[in-house]
Amino acid sequence: MYRSTVLLANAPAQLLPARELMAFTLASHILLVPLGVALPFVTLLMHYRGLRKGDAVALKLARRWSAVMAVQFAIGIVTGTVLSFEFGLLWPRMMGRWGDVFGLGFGVEAWAFFLEAVLIAIYLYGWRRLRPWQHFWLGAPLPLAALLGAFGIIAANSWMNTPQGFTLDAQGNPVNVTVRQAVFTPIFGPEYWHFAVAMFLTAGYVVAGVYAVGWLRGRRDRYHRLGFTVPFTVAAILTPVQFFLGDNLARQIFHKQPVKFAAAEIVWNTSTHVPEYLYGRLNEDGTISGGLRIPQLDSILAGFKPSTQVTGLTSVAADDRPTATQATIVHWTFDTMAIIGSLLILLALWYAWCWWRRRDLPRSRWFFRCAAIAGAASLLTVECGWITTEVGRQPWIVYFNMRVSDAVTATRASSLWTMFGIVAAVYVLVFWAFLAVVLKMRTRWRIADENPAGPPTVLSPEADTPYGPREAVASGGDQRTAGGAS
Amino acid sequence: MIADVIAWVLLLVIAAYACAGGTDYGAGFWDLLAGGAERGERPRWLIDHAMAPVWEANNVWLIFVFILMWTGFPTMFQAVFSAMWLPLALAAIGLVLRGAGFALRKPTRRLAGRRIYGAMFAVSSLLTPFFFGAVIGGIASGRVAPGTTASADAWANPTSVMAGLLTIAATAYLGAVFLTADARRFHAEDLVRYFRLRSLYSLAAIVVLAAIGIPVTHHDAAYVWHGLTHGAGLALVIAAVVVAAGTALLLARRAYRWCRYTSVASVALTVAAWGFAQRPYLLPTSLTVAQAAGADHTLHWLVIVTVIAVVVVGPALVLLYRLDTLGDLEPLTDADTHGTTAPGEHL
Repeated sequence: MYRSTVLLANAPAQLLPARELMAFTLASHILLVPLGVALPFVTLLMHYRGLRKGDAVALKLARRWSAVMAVQFAIGIVTGTVLSFEFGLLWPRMMGRWGDVFGLGFGVEAWAFFLEAVLIAIYLYGWRRLRPWQHFWLGAPLPLAALLGAFGIIAANSWMNTPQGFTLDAQGNPVNVTVRQAVFTPIFGPEYWHFAVAMFLTAGYVVAGVYAVGWLRGRRDRYHRLGFTVPFTVAAILTPVQFFLGDNLARQIFHKQPVKFAAAEIVWNTSTHVPEYLYGRLNEDGTISGGLRIPQLDSILAGFKPSTQVTGLTSVAADDRPTATQATIVHWTFDTMAIIGSLLILLALWYAWCWWRRRDLPRSRWFFRCAAIAGAASLLTVECGWITTEVGRQPWIVYFNMRVSDAVTATRASSLWTMFGIVAAVYVLVFWAFLAVVLKMRTRWRIADENPAGPPTVLSPEADTPYGPREAVASGGDQRTAGGAS
Repeated sequence: MIADVIAWVLLLVIAAYACAGGTDYGAGFWDLLAGGAERGERPRWLIDHAMAPVWEANNVWLIFVFILMWTGFPTMFQAVFSAMWLPLALAAIGLVLRGAGFALRKPTRRLAGRRIYGAMFAVSSLLTPFFFGAVIGGIASGRVAPGTTASADAWANPTSVMAGLLTIAATAYLGAVFLTADARRFHAEDLVRYFRLRSLYSLAAIVVLAAIGIPVTHHDAAYVWHGLTHGAGLALVIAAVVVAAGTALLLARRAYRWCRYTSVASVALTVAAWGFAQRPYLLPTSLTVAQAAGADHTLHWLVIVTVIAVVVVGPALVLLYRLDTLGDLEPLTDADTHGTTAPGEHL
């Protein structure tokens, strides 16, 4: 704790607010990313089923999910745009110095994202007028575009973790840039697949979680059954895959970012037969308080045998590595991610067992309780994974090449704190409103389902949209649409 | 030289953002001035319908602008974001409020909620382009150089204020022209008249602002001013004026077929004129294109990425605009998400 304070005191005053602002905006944005990347996939899957089998329930689900997608994608776009502003507003020196080395990944991301925005617009607004299969196929490239977008972002992030593709001249400026090396850095592959699968898995559990709650509340119709089964199956299939990918990524970090690995596992001194700690706190002097100690396990996990040597935090100078507090944070998020991942595997196995034996969903209420929690839990693991990556890299913004404190803007700390305050207030409002709107839609849909006679045609004056009659648009359209947009 | 190619691409993308994003900002501007819930009901309905399918795609141009800046010209990116800290930070917040306001207004039913989201959307539609314009003005006046720290002078000066106001006027003009055409597309004759009048007003506002701006910026932004009044810069300005006059003529004669294209052309030509006037500088008189250029290898790849983007995104974008103008894009309604026999369902 003391050392952290000393380091912070030596750092420029704007470092703390800049870091907090970046952390806050990223942490918020990343909650929307799984849905942005993978909700189109889950929706298209349902859409396909609906068209293929002439299944009206599946089509209704797909349409409703796309209505949620419309709002979610819009919020994701604006929070994502803010991040690209923040590269310049908070870390101008990183971009000024390294922009031409690692910026190209963002170029790929930008056009993939552009494609995604175009396709999603066509998909969302094509339901009513396009021919069914034409509409479906226009939406079909969406998951691919999303994966390409993730490619660009993760290429940039993995470069920050394992930078290469340049040499430094006498002034320490990067020269001889080779783009291929800068895009395909050592950690890129493992990080990318771990991230991509995390997004699909999380989206699956989140969507399934909503219907699990409905199921628990006694709504056991085909609608809820289908709404649960399709996304949950996607997530359940991916969970063991993700476990393997996560384990692989951890081992890659062990080889390529040993100090980060040491932070994640709170290893103080380099040695063999290193024990694994479940939680616990790293102290300034290298001792560990609390936590569950499992002898030898860390060495075994890192290199499959107890004699594997694990690099400790003390292998580099004190100000070149995460502080004890930071290491503890990384360790906790890393452990939380691994534990939740393991629990999700059990859940997936439970599901697989019941499906294998009876071709049916598990009957236990506990299964659905767990499934409902799995949505929130997987969002938590996304946050944890991101914190592990970013905090574990400290104090470097470009691993062992540029410190966060050297990249930060020269703008006064007070301006940054003010902006942080404004952004926090705006984001809280926006996310609250987003949630409120989605919940409201859900309620409207439930009421509509409980009154199968059709949507209520008589609305209280305040509930009606003030934005003009709908009939004028849907030329020859249907009077029932007068209720307003959804 | 490859850096020049990237600089032209950057200018082209800025022009695209000015036209595509600008039209959306303009729609927001007219949303703001549409009046109360009752009086503004019709124009707002049109704005909602016209913008909904395309505004997200229109906004992505901005991300391209940034990426071309930091990958192609990292020192310029650093200089602009350091010197223009406040207007860019405010523009970022404006973008959040605007996007969220627009997206959340649609599915909200209660009038009070719609009013709040609508106000968020409309007010930030006014402020965001102003700040972008102010940044451009600050750059054009030579107030941004490598090493410049954030200061009010960089963006609160005559050129910046003029550029900011002109940007707002230009977005209003684009927005009104497009909405006129949209109103015709949706067979809303009253709104055709409504927005036609506003197109002409905003064009008049641009003329007035330009007339004030010419003497005001003469010494304040001497280099760019000279570029705009001589040679290629002047030729492009004249072309822009001619095309804008054409738009006015088309509107006056109620010939709406081509006015969208002429309005876009006039704005794009103005942006191009600014680019020509700045040559060979990215940041006038302190940083040339050649000095700011990033690593050669990266720039080559940036060209490749740009070509791929054109090949992949271009057709999709054309498809989107085409489906939109054909009226094939419509929002889902409650009937679609509620019932099993919704209109438009072909089962």
